[in-house]
Amino acid sequence: MSTQLTQDEVLKVASLSRLKLSETEVTALGEQMGSVLKYIAMLDELDTTDIEPMAHAIEISNVFRDDQLQESLPREQALSNAPQTDGKYFLVPAIL
Amino acid sequence: MSNTSATASELLAKMNSGEVSSEEITAACLEEIARRDNSINAFLSLQAETALETAREVDRKRKAGEPLGKLAGIPVALKDNICAKGATTTCASKMLEAFTPPYDAHIVEQLRAADAVLIGKTNLDEFAMGSSTENSAFKTTANPWNTKCAAGGSSGGSAAAVAAGFAPLSLGSDTGGSIRQPASFCGVVGLKPTYGRVSRYGLVAFASSLDQIGPFARDVTDAALLLETIAGKDQRDTTSLDADVPSYTKNLEQPLENLKVGYIEHLHAEGLHEDVKAATQQALEVYKSLGAELIPVELPHAKYCVATYYIIAPSEASSNLARYDGVHYGYRAKQFDNMIDMYAASRGEAFGDEVKRRIMLGTYALSSGYYDAYYLKALKVRRLIRNDFEQAFQKVDIIASPVTPTPAFEIGELVDDPLAMYLADIFTTSANLSGIPGVSVPAGMSQNKLPIGLQLLAPPLEEERLLRAARMFERETDWHRQRPE
Repeated sequence: MSTQLTQDEVLKVASLSRLKLSETEVTALGEQMGSVLKYIAMLDELDTTDIEPMAHAIEISNVFRDDQLQESLPREQALSNAPQTDGKYFLVPAIL
Repeated sequence: MSNTSATASELLAKMNSGEVSSEEITAACLEEIARRDNSINAFLSLQAETALETAREVDRKRKAGEPLGKLAGIPVALKDNICAKGATTTCASKMLEAFTPPYDAHIVEQLRAADAVLIGKTNLDEFAMGSSTENSAFKTTANPWNTKCAAGGSSGGSAAAVAAGFAPLSLGSDTGGSIRQPASFCGVVGLKPTYGRVSRYGLVAFASSLDQIGPFARDVTDAALLLETIAGKDQRDTTSLDADVPSYTKNLEQPLENLKVGYIEHLHAEGLHEDVKAATQQALEVYKSLGAELIPVELPHAKYCVATYYIIAPSEASSNLARYDGVHYGYRAKQFDNMIDMYAASRGEAFGDEVKRRIMLGTYALSSGYYDAYYLKALKVRRLIRNDFEQAFQKVDIIASPVTPTPAFEIGELVDDPLAMYLADIFTTSANLSGIPGVSVPAGMSQNKLPIGLQLLAPPLEEERLLRAARMFERETDWHRQRPE
């Protein structure tokens, strides 16, 4: 396995991550991610063919609650941290 | 012991006897912070006025003989990734610099109901990602024992606050060691409960299957007291466990009979410091002298913990942190071309290096073509790691080990080498991956006068056993009574 990610690989992951990176960052991340991935490759030593994946430490599934009306956050408070709002909605740049 | 160095239990006794008021204790903590936090940098914000108001109200109630909560009048500091209504919750990130949560975390509700005095929000690595608080966007917390050294992380501010005399109790969160490692570095008690023992509602998510809130304290009794205050089922966190919360303080002084202490026979961790090795050995001798049986245990997959952790934690983080898009709250870039560019620019400008690194690693591990090789593989190894513990706990009651390979490192020492920083998590990540509880108790001092912690691990929901075992050790030693300066 290569020890470094190429610039294209880094940019592809950055795009999937919605992260705008500087050129310096792209170079540094290529090296740093490469060295971490190289270390992580030690897991390949292990045969895990019949091992069930474990997603959660305590294996519980589908926790339900009663479908009852509950008080929710008042609009004013829900909007209180918005970068841009007209007092009714969250405002974003035009999408179309 | 002065009001700023005493334990919470000692302070409660002093308040109950009328020797001191909560207002005096709270004021003393705030004075100590004003005097010395410019060199420690434990706090990101203080809630001085509301703290003094709460303290006066508790004093009034106490005088009037009204019923009081378990922590009545005790100052408590919160890691700044735990939401408290009306106090900024920044996660030490430029992304949330101006974020003021409109609600309380579950544990904050519990603390208020217990009449605790919330005095301030403590520093951390940005979004709890790191082991030194050097990834904080605002400041680096210094170790109260030696300000050239790191307080540890990510809950470094909470650990330093308790060690430095700023607050007798604090809360942190532990995803891969973020309570136990700074507790060890700062010479205080730090406990990561069983996954699900404490509700995560109102804790800003980093890696949801690993995150757990837990206490910092000056001794085991205080840690037990704080844990029994915050633990329990909460409907708003569906992973919180519906299991009874015993009184962890009730039987604490009662030693465990026929205790079997497991230890890892061949501690070959790379770079294991001689002083840490010696302290661990001496701790085992203490248990032996108390009549405990020492039994070697095998954890054959221990060496894979860090690799497994650094796939799972970044993967979950990349998903959790997708919510920071500059729309509902948080930072929004000033310049952008379109909606997608607004997301990318806001995130690119507001996240620090380590957060970006982990989002990138996680996105990579989850991306098409790599999912099976990385994420799925890690989930399978995670089970092997947990199986190791299940087998070990058939032979022993608790497992003792170092918390970290070395005492506190110097600030700046590892900052340019992310992998070296990750490798220092070798003893702590296994508890998060397995969901089991773990505690760090003060167990020694290095030749350079830096604290060394002992880690004890127990099976799921055996916090009572864990704390009693920790207390057995603590009674025989006086490391927990030492204070910096």
